[in-house]
Amino acid sequence: MALQFTINGVSQFIETISPTVTLLDYLREHISLKGTKEGCAEGDCGACTVIIAERTKRDTKYRAINSCLLLLPQVDGKHLLTVEGLGCKFENRRAILEPIQKSMVDGDGTQCGFCTPGIIMSLYAFYNSSKIQTDKNIHDALAGNLCRCTGYRSIVDAARQERVFTEKKVISENLSTVAEYSHEGQRFFKPKTLKEISKIYSTYPSSTLLAGGTDLGLSFSKDRQVTQTIIFTGDVKELGIIEETNKALTIGSAVTYSEILPYLDKLFPSFANLVTRIGSDQIRNVGTICGNIATASPIGDTLPCLIALNSQLKICSNNGERKVDIEDFFISYRKTNLKKGEFIKSVSIPKLNATQKFRAYKVSKRYDQDISAVIGAFLIEFNQERVAKTIIAFGGMDSTPRRALHSEKQLTGETWTEENINKVSEKISEEFKPISDLRASSTYRSQVAGNLFKRFYFDLVDSNKPNQVVDL
Amino acid sequence: MVDANQIIGAAHDNVQHDSAVKHVTGEAIYIDDMPRLPNTLECILITSPIAHAKINSIDTTKALSSPGVLAALSAADIIGKNDVAPVFEGEPILAIDCVEYVGHPIIILAAETYDQAYNASKLVEVEYTELEPILTIQDAIKKKSFTFKPPVICRGDPDKAIQNANHRLQGTLKCGGQDHFYLESNIAVAIPSPEDKDITVYCSTQHPTEAQHGIANVLGIPMNAVTVEVRRMGGAFGGKESQPTIIASLAALVAVKTGRPAKLRLRRDADMIITGKRHDYDFEYDVGFGVDGQIDGIDISMAMRSGNVADLSSGVLARSLCHADNCYFLPNVRFRGYPCKTNTVSNTAFRGFGGPQGMIIIECILEHIGFYLNKSIDEIRQINYYGINDRNETPYGQIVKDNIICKLSDQLMSKVDYEARKKEIENFNLKNQILKKGIAAMPVKFGISFNMPALNQAGALIHVYTDGSVYLNHGGTEMGQGLFVKIAQVVATVFQIDIENIKISATRTDKVPNTSATAASAGSDLNGMAAYDAADKIKNRMITVAAQYFGSDENKINFRQNRIYCGNKNISFADLAQMTWEARISLSATGYYKTPDITWDPISCSGTPFYYFTYGFAISEVVIDLLTGESRILKTDIIQDCGKSLNPRVDYGQIEGAFVQGMGWLTSEELVWNKTGELLTHGPSTYKIPGSRDVPQDFNIHILEDEPNKAQTIFRSKAVGEPPLMLAISVWLAIRDAISRSSGSKSPPQLDAPATPEAILLAINNSRIAKNDR
Repeated sequence: MALQFTINGVSQFIETISPTVTLLDYLREHISLKGTKEGCAEGDCGACTVIIAERTKRDTKYRAINSCLLLLPQVDGKHLLTVEGLGCKFENRRAILEPIQKSMVDGDGTQCGFCTPGIIMSLYAFYNSSKIQTDKNIHDALAGNLCRCTGYRSIVDAARQERVFTEKKVISENLSTVAEYSHEGQRFFKPKTLKEISKIYSTYPSSTLLAGGTDLGLSFSKDRQVTQTIIFTGDVKELGIIEETNKALTIGSAVTYSEILPYLDKLFPSFANLVTRIGSDQIRNVGTICGNIATASPIGDTLPCLIALNSQLKICSNNGERKVDIEDFFISYRKTNLKKGEFIKSVSIPKLNATQKFRAYKVSKRYDQDISAVIGAFLIEFNQERVAKTIIAFGGMDSTPRRALHSEKQLTGETWTEENINKVSEKISEEFKPISDLRASSTYRSQVAGNLFKRFYFDLVDSNKPNQVVDL
Repeated sequence: MVDANQIIGAAHDNVQHDSAVKHVTGEAIYIDDMPRLPNTLECILITSPIAHAKINSIDTTKALSSPGVLAALSAADIIGKNDVAPVFEGEPILAIDCVEYVGHPIIILAAETYDQAYNASKLVEVEYTELEPILTIQDAIKKKSFTFKPPVICRGDPDKAIQNANHRLQGTLKCGGQDHFYLESNIAVAIPSPEDKDITVYCSTQHPTEAQHGIANVLGIPMNAVTVEVRRMGGAFGGKESQPTIIASLAALVAVKTGRPAKLRLRRDADMIITGKRHDYDFEYDVGFGVDGQIDGIDISMAMRSGNVADLSSGVLARSLCHADNCYFLPNVRFRGYPCKTNTVSNTAFRGFGGPQGMIIIECILEHIGFYLNKSIDEIRQINYYGINDRNETPYGQIVKDNIICKLSDQLMSKVDYEARKKEIENFNLKNQILKKGIAAMPVKFGISFNMPALNQAGALIHVYTDGSVYLNHGGTEMGQGLFVKIAQVVATVFQIDIENIKISATRTDKVPNTSATAASAGSDLNGMAAYDAADKIKNRMITVAAQYFGSDENKINFRQNRIYCGNKNISFADLAQMTWEARISLSATGYYKTPDITWDPISCSGTPFYYFTYGFAISEVVIDLLTGESRILKTDIIQDCGKSLNPRVDYGQIEGAFVQGMGWLTSEELVWNKTGELLTHGPSTYKIPGSRDVPQDFNIHILEDEPNKAQTIFRSKAVGEPPLMLAISVWLAIRDAISRSSGSKSPPQLDAPATPEAILLAINNSRIAKNDR
């Protein structure tokens, strides 16, 4: 069966191309749309940014994504916009530009121009969103795009220009999608139901599960792997659910960061804030929280948060479902307790009660789009002045994300005072033997882990006082 | 010179980048976007995984029998000379017998597709005998391992002056390197000619002539058989001065060996591992000064990590030595440079070209003196600034004739209320336990011209067609800095025609030969003058024709607003072009320029290497987090001398971009090597250049007004590409200020560069210890 999607309104039928060819390679090498650039092939520079346009009931929504990390079957049935699709009609030798393009030209937002198409696509998505043009939102929208020439001031100014209504790019009818795409022995399955996924997975137990592919994508874009069997989870309805009850928030394993952010923002704002520092819009628009869990990296940003929040996983296979506390999910470095044929169905995060406080902190060399040196996530439950219960969880401090159990014990039953916090902070530093690597030394990680707990204390004592550099 | 007004796009006008519209529509063509010729081969480099080793054997049999593979070439396959050294000699494009760094290219493999080349690259078998590597500057110093003879600048008797001074201080500093991280990585496409042995190479290079020279050498053919073209680069920053010659020569080698077009594009990781970066430095200093902080004698050792070969290190080191004075008169000086030969990638040109490293150490020393005397660094600067009529000779013997640093400093300090802000910061710091602010200024004086006088020449080629349209070509290259539009403005101004009549064209070695790299901030100075010369020649010929036509004296002919006037009569530029042709007078001319009055003796490291100096001044305010060492820049104000700017719009972009790049060098950009000499930070996921949120929230740039260049540059403008990068040292100094304010320590913070969160937290810890020790 052929894959079918559109690029700038032009239909594409794919029958004879490997399913592990990236969208970027397709654009540049197969159909010579060379406006989209490769800057890094790892989803970090944004030069390859294109837009997936989706028609909702009332509106058309644009999602910026990194075309270097997306495989062709992932865009099956989608409408894509590239820089070539924006305002390049000429009249009297002058280009008719979209407002954001015009702002970038008038405000000198380009120098060498190589990053520009990607920036235009990110800003076009932002420009046509309902997000208010605050500095924070603009930086969030640009966090996935690196520019080495301008110093960004001119680009940020272009993004600040007042929005002018322009007609949104027309999206034609919904396209059909395929259930399976094969090419020269490679198979790419696109199941629609949980049942199908379980069945295919038990038939092909060594196949690769692909949710967003923001991590896995590198093995295609950089390592040029020709994976034989891939099961894409993104089309499974049951995995796309977001369920909020009185007790918990349940997130299906195909739910992207962007989709869950509004819920997190309402229920766990500190967690939401940390999620906005995971990758960039482009990454969050395809990457999933459950993908972050399954990857099981010791520096997976959401993991300590989910541990501190007592989250529970629902694991699925052909044999049925089971539940596991997320803390028990991580066995050793990048090893989980998933058995053959099993996959994550969802993660549930219990809501906080009035006596509980939660905060999460991330430390990295750069604020945006960087991999953590240390992540600290803390939950505390008070009984009057005393600490009734606490969970102190860290990423980047061991081969798996884990709790500081001794420190938790030390604090339980104690009063919430600076003196006690300093003691716990020291204890935390002693409780881990982190590694030294390119992101940070062992000594730094130990000191910072303890200090993040101090930050937690200061935050709770006076949450209005700025105590992070980004607050100023 | 010509009165520049009335036309569209004259010199000094705010003209947008000529390619801006093409940038935002994606229509601008970079090398990898050019239509692919049929049969083009894709190439990949097989590089050394070991820092230092003897190559015992290379076996490419398996790779060659892999599907689609056409060639696997090693040093033995090189037809001509396996050497592309830009200054010295012995810098092969493919390793001969011995590999000298992790990433050292050994083989270039070519296949029908990139994937085929990639797969085959895993099948090449190389056997090595490991040799002991030298990986650090300190190791190289111990073993006296240098890439060329260490240079020294010496004046007076520094030893005696230091000994006899009232006070004496010693110290050390390390500053890290920097990857260029141009968004477009290195690339070349070589197309062999079906007849002769000619070859055309499209290459993303700042130095097409050097690439041409390298290719000719490697292929053993004359330079006239090689044409190199570049329309634009996706960023360069010095990283495409010498490095692309290697890439171009390799692609050309494959093309000639196979008879097919060949493309070599380094993927990001390969680019970062294989090609050179900004040099990291270790400094040691010894300084003697008076009770008021005036320096009597100074001795600085600057040890750079040159890498496995010299490349451009001699020029970089010379510039470090020539900029360690920054804006200060130093009566007794010894600046020693050590070009350390290490088994790491050969470092290369990077915006500032050694200047930033020279300046950071002198500022560090002045700060140290300030701490010692309990004065601010600003006071110490004030007393050491170059004089106007005396105390104005640099350590290398050049008289500073255009000193305006005090003017810049005074203007900016009062504009931003510098002293009052220091007090506000003190108040803020008293009230905040975790966050502490700091503030610092940074003066910059940067010498303009290549240190090597021969490089300071340029050529241009201009044709006027009979319809009045103009074709412009020159030796400069466009890397985003707006050179092409600036030169077009020059030509528009000479002819007094709107800029849209001037066709900007790709840089090509067969149009303008024997050019210098577009580097040293000198692109518009050199090429602007050469283009002026060419245009002026044609204009003078046209004046003769016009005078005949109007029957008047030549001095009555005026070019104005796209027309040629003589009294009340006028004709269009196009009509005059047609008449000139009819009169059988050439409408084509070459232009040429050489920078006057410059000298340099590389042996004694003395002379007048710079035609003039560009000045700048910045004040930055930062905040640091005592818990994590994270930092942010809250406010930066800059005043930059651009002479009479050719194009303020373009210059603002240069100032902002250079500053942010310098800021990255000194804060988040950290190159990390492991113990065996492997670079661990070779992609944007691990190497962090600034993002949009990292730029100063409050970022104000002022171009100094009413200060035309005292030197006779093109329309009295000044070079601007590099100087503002060094203004970012204000950020690093402000972070240091915040650290010492946080502890109240009376000794300078122990903070090297870059000031990553970890480095800052460590410095905070040490600063507290130092405070308690007192």
